[in-house]
Amino acid sequence: MLIILPNIALIESSFRPYLPLNEIDGPRDSYTLANYQRFLSTPVGFDIFGMSIDVPIHLRIFITTVLYSIFVTAIILIIGYPAAYYMTKTISPSNMAIFFIVLTVPMWVSEILRSFAWFTILSFKGPLNALLIEIGVINSEVRWIRGYYGIIIGLVYTYMLFMVFPLYSSMQSLDKNQIEAAQDLGASWWRTHWRVIVPHCKPGIVSGCVMVFMLSAGSLLVPSLLGSPNSLWFTQTIQQLMLEALDWNTGAAYSLLFLSLCTFVVVAMMWAFKVKLSDITN
Amino acid sequence: MRVSSHSRNLVPQAISNSADPEKPSEGSVELEHVSCRFGSFRAIEDLSLTIRAGEFFSILGPSGCGKTTILRMISGFIDPSAGTIRIGGEDVRGKRANQRPTSLIFQNLALFPLMRVWENVAFGLEMRRVPRSIRRKRAEELLTLVDLVGAEDKMVSQLSGGQRQRVAIARALAVEPSVMLLDEPLSALDLKLRQHMRAELRSIQKRTGVTFIYITHDQSEALAMSDRVAVMNKGRMLQVAPPHEIYHNPSSGFVAKFVGETNVIEGKLVRIADGFGTVESPLGQHRARVSHNVQGESVALYVRPEHVDVSRQRQGDNAIEARLQDVSFEGSFALVKAVTAHGHVFLVATDNNDLQRLPSNTENVYLHFDEQQAFLLQSDREQCIT
Repeated sequence: MLIILPNIALIESSFRPYLPLNEIDGPRDSYTLANYQRFLSTPVGFDIFGMSIDVPIHLRIFITTVLYSIFVTAIILIIGYPAAYYMTKTISPSNMAIFFIVLTVPMWVSEILRSFAWFTILSFKGPLNALLIEIGVINSEVRWIRGYYGIIIGLVYTYMLFMVFPLYSSMQSLDKNQIEAAQDLGASWWRTHWRVIVPHCKPGIVSGCVMVFMLSAGSLLVPSLLGSPNSLWFTQTIQQLMLEALDWNTGAAYSLLFLSLCTFVVVAMMWAFKVKLSDITN
Repeated sequence: MRVSSHSRNLVPQAISNSADPEKPSEGSVELEHVSCRFGSFRAIEDLSLTIRAGEFFSILGPSGCGKTTILRMISGFIDPSAGTIRIGGEDVRGKRANQRPTSLIFQNLALFPLMRVWENVAFGLEMRRVPRSIRRKRAEELLTLVDLVGAEDKMVSQLSGGQRQRVAIARALAVEPSVMLLDEPLSALDLKLRQHMRAELRSIQKRTGVTFIYITHDQSEALAMSDRVAVMNKGRMLQVAPPHEIYHNPSSGFVAKFVGETNVIEGKLVRIADGFGTVESPLGQHRARVSHNVQGESVALYVRPEHVDVSRQRQGDNAIEARLQDVSFEGSFALVKAVTAHGHVFLVATDNNDLQRLPSNTENVYLHFDEQQAFLLQSDREQCIT
């Protein structure tokens, strides 16, 4: 009830115009699609895949958010898969408890603090730059919080475990003999993964990817703290509309648009990778 | 089972194996002073063994005796701590499982559940980058060989236990291995299917000419299928011989007791002459064959239940006085339990037709056995001490 009612109110208000207080419920307060149309107004130049086209500014922010979220999901998958594999195959059950605690302890600290920690680490005169200069990897400080770099680093860190745990649980259910059978029949390391382990872990991979993608795209804290002046996340746009412009009606419309478009992206990706909904549940 | 003409040329390597005298040992496996330790646990101790090409060789032993370790060392999943393994005369040290000419059939089969039957069978060929159309054709041929025509496009989960067994065999044969390693693959099947698959495995082995190394703890399986059987216990080879030899002339008490039922008389060796020894025990003096070296005085006489006869009169020397107690019906024969005055239990196998003529359990009877069919071995008890 506490979840559904506000959402219904949100849907309702998204179809009403943003009016001064004394005009609410007045003659101009009628249902309209104007709030949704605003999403497609104000075109600006947008360079994407080497083409320069005019795209409405908010659509442009939305597309960048989705693209960077996919990018973050891909990075997390690339790091998380070997990590989960290592956890299943190498770590003995007695050490597993310790390993799990080490992994989950950072989760006990609030997301704000963790993002601030990264803010400190990545700052221009911060410890990361100092360390890299000390060991001679770089000669002068690097501005890490630039463009979307900070956001990507922050999101990868924050949502890594949402990929590792589903992957780990699906890998654990794989019969070890299957891996050995593949090798016995001549499969190389790489082909064993590609033909046997990855297909088996598909449900884990899919649910991890969906979770990480939705969380990254919907993240507000990380982009706010680790974003630079020239990075924009769609959630920040909604926040500006609602809390700074106090235009709750357009904010509501954008939230709904964001939710449905992100869902659409997930469905489209699942279709593209031939994943069925039932693959996730079993 | 039908063997179509094209399924014969599935095994060109096997045919060349027997036809080409230059390379007679392609499928041979030699283990030389092999040891394998896991931490302080000694799974295999200084084991030497030669398995000939084209042989159906069984390794028989109780669970935990190290037989699976041997298999895993041959297939390349474990490296021996010491010693040399040769397959086809070639030292396989440093070769991983995917580079060895062996195929392993797992106890749980380990078929790939997300692939179709034909993809399972053709997996090895796919790994060797054989084109898809050829893979499909070969999978069909192999499925014909194992009598599973028409199952190509089914999923593994749609097959019965026996059918999965055949898919596993076809999958292992697809890579044309010189050596097939089978890790108790029949243990999950019910008795009837198990007996059927035994015959099937044996006939596939005969037709392909591939060396089969079969691991089991089921002595009847080993005896029924093998050219030679190796009996193992606690990481050591106790005896390697053809099945009848293992059964009729075991080299130790463990082998005698592990392979088939047997009666034991522990006693003192009083004399040996002309290959026969006499044992003295509380039951009297009895004579039996001595074909393995016996040292010391403490010996045991073994005689199989089917070599013991029951009669009301004492006949000859090898007789034991007892009373019959229980009869257990075993289908084609019956096992009769006889107990001596000392409480020593003997098992006697009799024909079912004789059951009616057996003496009642109130009268004393005599158990007889032929000295040719009983054998004397060193007592196990003494072996344990030394």
